[in-house]
Amino acid sequence: MAEPTITLKVARYRPGKDSAPTMQTYSVPYRQDWVVLDALNHIKDQIDGTLSYRWSCRMGVCGSCGMMVNGVPKLTCAAFLRDYPSQEIRVEPLAHFPIIRDLVIDMSDFLDKLKSVKSWIVRKVEKPVAEGEYRQTPAELEAFHQFTQCINCMLCYAACPVYGLEPEFLGPAAIALGYRYNMDSRDQGKDLRREVLGSHHGAWECTFVGECSEVCPKDVDPAAAIQRTKVDLAKDWFKSVLLPWGAR
Amino acid sequence: MNGTAVRPDKSKLHYSKMPPTWWLKKPAYLFFMLRELSSVFIAVFLVILLAQIHQLTKGPEAYAAFVQKLSSPGWIVFHITALLFALLHSVTWFQSTAVVMPLRLGERELPRNLVLALNIGAWVAVSAVILILFLALRG
Repeated sequence: MAEPTITLKVARYRPGKDSAPTMQTYSVPYRQDWVVLDALNHIKDQIDGTLSYRWSCRMGVCGSCGMMVNGVPKLTCAAFLRDYPSQEIRVEPLAHFPIIRDLVIDMSDFLDKLKSVKSWIVRKVEKPVAEGEYRQTPAELEAFHQFTQCINCMLCYAACPVYGLEPEFLGPAAIALGYRYNMDSRDQGKDLRREVLGSHHGAWECTFVGECSEVCPKDVDPAAAIQRTKVDLAKDWFKSVLLPWGAR
Repeated sequence: MNGTAVRPDKSKLHYSKMPPTWWLKKPAYLFFMLRELSSVFIAVFLVILLAQIHQLTKGPEAYAAFVQKLSSPGWIVFHITALLFALLHSVTWFQSTAVVMPLRLGERELPRNLVLALNIGAWVAVSAVILILFLALRG
């Protein structure tokens, strides 16, 4: 018996050759245990070696293989063919990002934004190593732990219409990571991040569509982080207006 | 800020624009737009309410004439629509509250659905009290 097949419509864009992406159709074996990434690898290895896309770990950790699958941002290593019974799957590069080639997007905007929120622990004065580690209680860890799960896959940016309409928007993952470090009891960089998080293109630009959290493969819930950042910013503003200088 | 990272040649990138109909492409986007639109209906309703209160200052006849105007089919349809949007606005507001301001019991965060249920419970209770007062004062 012939092996069942499934049709993959894959976006192709060859810089310098194509003026806009076009869809190319491939027929690939349909296997119960295959994910979309397996199908793309089959195309690359067996049918068309010119197809370009990013991938690395195949296990939802590296965050490289994010693409639009039937219009929804997905990690293709976690999108099983069996979950698309329509016999035809459309694979496109992540929405809202410039396309370099085929399914490969330019992520430099995201990387700049990630850096701008200082997504690392900022200390005013580092403690000498001899004094030991910075200790935390389970409750202090709990305050930010969920937001440490971000793998920078950018699915949240592809789901966010605000980012699509206004590319200057800092975006879900960058704000969530800014919030993550603000909530970390070891961190002292909140004042430095406020300038970016509280700017016009920071948290305030978010209109709480909420789709970032829906598509997040790691349950980070960036939408919650953004709204809580707004609450923090508002509290800080009230403090700056109401409290005497010394208590701010 | 860019350091020495290699950047792709911008002239070779393909930029796509979101179509003006982007909000029709996903039920979640459409729901979001309806949520945002709800504020318009609530604003119009409040303006009408203020106008109605203002009529009270002009005497009983003026007020009765205004209320008479509002009983036309067009205004009734508007008020039913505004009520539905107000319900949508309120429920999504409480949903947001559960996300924005998580409640903690000791070290544990309460489930969002419980926070939502508590909010809606309080809302229904307050609405019931207002309705009872309204009926009592009327009768």
